[in-house]
Amino acid sequence: MSLALFWIFAILTLLFAVGVVVFRSPVSSAMSLVMSFVGLAALFVTLDAFFIAVVQVLVYAGAVMVLFLFIIMLLDLRTEERRPVKLAAWAGGGIVLAGFLVAIARVISSLPGATNTKPEILPGLNDVAQVGVALFRNFNLPFQIIGVLLLVATIGVVVLSRRELK
Amino acid sequence: MPTLAHYLYVSGALFSIGLLGVLLRRNILIIFMGLELMLNAANLSLVAFSRFHPGLDGLPGYNAQVLVFFIITVAAAEVAVGLAIIVALFRAKQTVHVEDLDTLKF
Amino acid sequence: MNTLIAPWIILFTPLAAAAVILFVGRHSKPLSAGLAIGSAAVGCLLSWWLFLQPDPEEVLRFPWIAIGDSWLQMNLSIPIGVTVDHLSKLMLVVVTTIATLVFTYSIGYMKTEEGYWRYFAGLSLFLFSMLGIVLADNFVMMFIFWELVGLSSYILIGHYFRKDSAADACKQAFIVNRVGDFGFLLGILFLWAATGTLMFGDLTSGKGIALFAANPIYLTVACLLIFCGTVGKSAQMPLHVWLPNSMEGPTPVSSLLHAATMVAAGVYLLARIFPILEAAPHALDVIAWIGGITCFAAALMATQQNDIKRILAYSTISQLGYMVLGMASASSADVSMFHLFTHAFFKCLLFLCAGSVIVGMHHEQDIWKMGALKNKMPVTFLIMCIGGLALSGCPFFSGYYSKDLIIAWAVVKYPLLGWLSVATAGLTAFYTVRLLTVVFLGKPRGDQAKHAVESPLVMLVPLACLALPSFIAGYPFIEKLFFHVEEPTAVPHLLHPVLLFLFAVGVVSAFLLYRNAEKDPIFIPLFANRLYIDNLYDWLVKNIQGRGAAVLSWADRWIVDLFIVQIPSKIVWGSGFVLRFFQIGNIQAYAFFFGLGVIGLVHFLIFR
Repeated sequence: MSLALFWIFAILTLLFAVGVVVFRSPVSSAMSLVMSFVGLAALFVTLDAFFIAVVQVLVYAGAVMVLFLFIIMLLDLRTEERRPVKLAAWAGGGIVLAGFLVAIARVISSLPGATNTKPEILPGLNDVAQVGVALFRNFNLPFQIIGVLLLVATIGVVVLSRRELK
Repeated sequence: MPTLAHYLYVSGALFSIGLLGVLLRRNILIIFMGLELMLNAANLSLVAFSRFHPGLDGLPGYNAQVLVFFIITVAAAEVAVGLAIIVALFRAKQTVHVEDLDTLKF
Repeated sequence: MNTLIAPWIILFTPLAAAAVILFVGRHSKPLSAGLAIGSAAVGCLLSWWLFLQPDPEEVLRFPWIAIGDSWLQMNLSIPIGVTVDHLSKLMLVVVTTIATLVFTYSIGYMKTEEGYWRYFAGLSLFLFSMLGIVLADNFVMMFIFWELVGLSSYILIGHYFRKDSAADACKQAFIVNRVGDFGFLLGILFLWAATGTLMFGDLTSGKGIALFAANPIYLTVACLLIFCGTVGKSAQMPLHVWLPNSMEGPTPVSSLLHAATMVAAGVYLLARIFPILEAAPHALDVIAWIGGITCFAAALMATQQNDIKRILAYSTISQLGYMVLGMASASSADVSMFHLFTHAFFKCLLFLCAGSVIVGMHHEQDIWKMGALKNKMPVTFLIMCIGGLALSGCPFFSGYYSKDLIIAWAVVKYPLLGWLSVATAGLTAFYTVRLLTVVFLGKPRGDQAKHAVESPLVMLVPLACLALPSFIAGYPFIEKLFFHVEEPTAVPHLLHPVLLFLFAVGVVSAFLLYRNAEKDPIFIPLFANRLYIDNLYDWLVKNIQGRGAAVLSWADRWIVDLFIVQIPSKIVWGSGFVLRFFQIGNIQAYAFFFGLGVIGLVHFLIFR
């Protein structure tokens, strides 16, 4: 049952990810990215990471994708006209992709315990509380710094998107 | 039951698809989406490792999940800034096509 | 007010004044002058107050440098602190009193000059530096202020920097001083290496000297190297050449820096380390000879100079020679300090009078263009006579007491040098009276002399204030107040009559020779050309230093520049040129290279 769910969501995620790359219309790409992220969130659920799954949906599939769609509409991007495909680009992409796949395969196959199934964990855990405890107890300073980073990013965006005053 | 290797292969595949998007698509927005895919592939492997290597107390490694939380936060900030840069770029050049953005070359 | 804080206020008030003048003084002449004089006056009042207090038990001291541990086998601890003892209090009084008077006089002298604020800022900076030397409680701090004094001297000599001669003179003063200061620095390091401490208190208390007991040669070398600093700053032979040329600066500067206080810093340094010097008799011999020779040779050169300020400059060198000789021969530093004290007043006075004459003559300095000024400038004449008599050692004037004391000690300890200094006393009387006679008596020798006018009151009042101490500063009741000097035993009975006789001979011969002279009746090229020492230095610099510089310049151009600079730069440029072709400006190509790099890294790092 759990294996079946894994395959369903994994294939969903990967298919829509391929869609992001393949679709010619930016809006289609963005929508398939949303679906890919939702599938990824479901994979997180199969890993008992409920909090991360929820954050994934809220932040990525929600906020980030809305931002993408806004920008697409703001820039008024239409479906790309077909440009002649560059052989060099495809060849380069192929080489790098093949290299990556080989590297990943070799790493995973040489990883000890890669074929273990999920070990048992305590049932009925309060996932959010555990992440919160780890966050505020072990990573308090990084958490504060992340807050500052967000502030800086906000200011940066305001400055960047201001029109030149002349 | 899915094993750790299953998740890692999915993560690797997702990363490769994202990389392919970055390498092949010439719309800068799509390239940006490819980057997001790559980040999420990393998140997936982190969460998988945390679930498959529980601590001595029988709990998953929540430190990894905190790291994922940070990655998501930074990625959100990155998207906001990146898109702002793209907008500014578009205003200046009237294009999102990376091949038209080559003024930095020798 | 207490004795802890007072020295620091005295020290830092002039610095604050200099800073304020530098920033706002440009716009207001009265403000610049007022701030400078005010700071000097505050220092003067506090110094006198401090002088009348007993020596404080403790002083304020701040840690500054603390290096060292047991592993390095060394320990260097240098605080910033003050010494408040009899010696420093005395110098404080002398420096601040004279500075106040000279600052006031400067209002009149500099009235029409450019760079008024710059001048007063420089004077305040100088005062700060000089007080730093006086108050320093360790060698490093003293060295810092020593260099600051050199800097302010450089700034002030070069006040008229648009004039080539002034620009050259300030450079020369700085560079010649560096030679001496280099020795001084070496001496400080030597002293530290030998004793491990640089505090005056530790070194002079007997503990420091005891550290040298094992190898006394160290002590001699260290003393001689430190004496190099004195040779530079106090213009002893052979580094005296800068002092006459420093007369290019404004006359009050010559008066304060190059006659009364700054050049006395070298003598003050010797007084500071007097207990160490006493333990190094060989070093004392060298010091005595340098002092004695300087004293005599400078007096010879002074007899043939024609510039009013240069005559006084050589006489300053000569008097400093007396002080150095006194340090080497007397039983206590107070003997030379006594002469420093009286000399500061009368030499400052003489320079200020010379300044008054120069202003009256519309900046003409050649004494052979002057003459008969006693009718035009009676007050200046009267006061300058007091200064001149004090300098030449006329009985009942201050110089008589202090100089004769040094000569008496010198005759007892170094008979040859002592009688040389006796002869110098006669020469001193001769050139002083020559100066006074040619400038003030006889007939006017030029239009400017005919139309000279007396200086304004702001210049005459400081002159009058200085005339009093120039006259009485040597009297026993004042001497008892400031010093604890003693007469040497076994002075030859002949000494005092001989001194009086030589004084009389010098005065009378000079008066008769120059009373009606139109031009100098004696011409001795050797003395007029300053014993050819300046020419010798010119020749040395031109031939040895110049040739060496040419060789080094060739090496720099063809070896350093070619092999170390040009060739590597061409290699870097060439490789950059080749690598530029990889910059194709396409972001995806960069991503491609980046991906290849990552794959390579993974393979190398994980699978090797």
